[in-house]
Amino acid sequence: MTDIVASSFVRQDLVAERPAPVKTSGFVGFVRTRLLNSPTNILLTILGLLLVWYTVVPAIKFLLVDAVWSGKDRTACLAENAGHPVGACWPFIQAKSTQLFYGFYPEAERWRVNLTFALGAVLLLPLLVPRLPAKSLNAGLFFFAFPAVAFFLLHGGGITGFGVSWVAGLLQLFADSISGAGAILVGLSKTSAAGPLLWAAGSLTALIGTLLHWVIFPLTWLRDQMQAAGQGPWLDLSITAVIVSVILFMLGGGARAGSRPLMASLATFAGIAAVIKLMGLDHGGLPIVDTRLWGGLLVTLVIAITGIVASLPIGIALALGRRSTIPLIRIFSITYIEFWRGVPLITVLFFATYMLPLFLPGNFTVDGLVRALIGVSLFTGAYQAENLRGGLAAVPRGQSEAASALGLSWWKTTSLIVLPQALRHVIPAIVNSFISLFKDTSLVSIVALFDLLGSLRASFADPVWTTPSTAFTGFAFIGIIYFIFCFGMSRYSLFVERRLNAHRRN
Amino acid sequence: MSDPIVNISGLNKWYGEFHVLRDIDLEVEKGERIVICGPSGSGKSTLIRCVNALEEFQEGEIVVDGIELGPNLKHVDAVRREVGMVFQSFNLFPHLTVLDNCTLAPIWVRNIPKKDAEATAMKFLERVKIPHQANKFPGQMSGGQQQRVAIARALTMNPKVMLFDEPTSALDPEMVKEVLDTMVDLAEEGMTMLVVTHEMGFAKEVANRVVFMDAGQIIEANTPNEFFAAPQHARTKLFLSQILR
Repeated sequence: MTDIVASSFVRQDLVAERPAPVKTSGFVGFVRTRLLNSPTNILLTILGLLLVWYTVVPAIKFLLVDAVWSGKDRTACLAENAGHPVGACWPFIQAKSTQLFYGFYPEAERWRVNLTFALGAVLLLPLLVPRLPAKSLNAGLFFFAFPAVAFFLLHGGGITGFGVSWVAGLLQLFADSISGAGAILVGLSKTSAAGPLLWAAGSLTALIGTLLHWVIFPLTWLRDQMQAAGQGPWLDLSITAVIVSVILFMLGGGARAGSRPLMASLATFAGIAAVIKLMGLDHGGLPIVDTRLWGGLLVTLVIAITGIVASLPIGIALALGRRSTIPLIRIFSITYIEFWRGVPLITVLFFATYMLPLFLPGNFTVDGLVRALIGVSLFTGAYQAENLRGGLAAVPRGQSEAASALGLSWWKTTSLIVLPQALRHVIPAIVNSFISLFKDTSLVSIVALFDLLGSLRASFADPVWTTPSTAFTGFAFIGIIYFIFCFGMSRYSLFVERRLNAHRRN
Repeated sequence: MSDPIVNISGLNKWYGEFHVLRDIDLEVEKGERIVICGPSGSGKSTLIRCVNALEEFQEGEIVVDGIELGPNLKHVDAVRREVGMVFQSFNLFPHLTVLDNCTLAPIWVRNIPKKDAEATAMKFLERVKIPHQANKFPGQMSGGQQQRVAIARALTMNPKVMLFDEPTSALDPEMVKEVLDTMVDLAEEGMTMLVVTHEMGFAKEVANRVVFMDAGQIIEANTPNEFFAAPQHARTKLFLSQILR
């Protein structure tokens, strides 16, 4: 016992704390352990410093140090007048900023664009912060009410009818086209060898068309009466409100389910009425601004946001369709996806802009911007479908089996169990497609739409601002704008990913 | 006795050319506990998966609590509402908390208000002895706890019959007991149970009947005492000699 106590390796008193002989913490420690700890790392550090020196320093020099900040025309941005080598010519951006943001949108109406963006931001920001309440109301306003309001704000114009008139108009168009097809067949039968057969088919088609006209007659009659009464959309709105509310009430299980769905429906229609009144849609609305006058960031954002919002549901439908056991749906989905993935976006846009009008009936035109919107959405939808298919494949079969065993229907199993898990798996891929879509919007400039990039290139043509650095300044500026949006999406997606995958951390 | 709650008659199923279930006839009385055992590939799991229509079959008929389930799988939803199932790999929904796992089906299938569904779920979680874990995600729990949650989840739908598909096969030996205890409790309360398992101790303790399957057919069915003491069939003897060393 005493031997052990006396042995030299047992401390008699406590050793005082002292600093490490080699620093391993703080800045010096970091440099030593991470940057200069091996010959390879020393070499990499030097290469990294050189890279920074040759990229960041000239960029700062161009954008800030050598930049010209004020001036009225090109002379301010010339080296002989500035007295030093000229970097970015910021007065050029200042002079062209309205064109870059609004295109040729009339100056007196630009408040409408600002208001739309402000509205969108006010609705979108609370949607992005998970802590804030009333997500479903917020989402409903952003995804359904906002697009309609934005359309009437940006484009202008009013409405003369509402649900009843629109349904009547659509059905009438349908019936007319059937009758028309019948008439054409009958016409063909006079010259064709298979005359009697064509005549019979044509007559039958025409007969179906006439029957359809009779079936929808109450609706068209109601519409004509309402238009003759000249009350604007109000009567139509009330009738639509009553019909939709009654249908919702019935579907919701009648009085048994309580008055909630009924109240929600009536509140929605009251909101629609308020918007119509507020924007004066019942007597013409705001002055119409043709989409050919739209441009700049406005067009970029309209295309990008529409594309992003529309492509995801398209992608989900196609991805589910591709896994369907019903052959027709599966074949359609596969064909669609492979077709759209097989053609370049430029081709799609060209086709939509220049070829589609040739196929549509003469009096039926679609706005140029809308054509591009549809093209971009359908195109990105195919990519989203493939992204999502990966996510669906990663959800084990046992998940949907367990849900079915609990009695959940296919729709509920898919929307509550399978899709939420699949989407979580593929957030990075989906946002990747969104970012790619945001940048691909610049391709619309080749079909005579002036997005941000197109507006910039158009502004280069102004002889008042031709200087050696104009082009560099312009591209740097819109590069920064694109970067802000794309980087924002990227960071936000990382945040969402961490939050939604909380269950995977143990 | 009363009418059987599950009545399987003339059941035949093929996977492509492979005849997995051959002329299965089985009647299960209310409150009866049946253990199904047999070598792997003998069709035990397939048989009980047919009872709640997770597998389709080509011939025969299954009647659950008076609801008919034929080869065209009509009334699937009605049958599934009466039949609870527990899987070998738990199959809890990983993106939902334990409580949400247990309230999902009552809310979305039976349209029960959320508050009531949560109260019921807590009651069943207490019964499987994990109420304090209700707000955890399944990934944060041990296998035994997950399987008990899976049992509670099935019970929230008030099933008349419970199916167990090798509920303890994916568990560490230490955790088998806690799951089996839960199942014994359930049996003592009079639940009708169809259990595919290799836990012969459970079969001896709880089962009313042990059914032995081989090559897609039921080749022996007897009370546990008779089954273990005096197996009739040569294949059964071989099987028992291998698992009861």
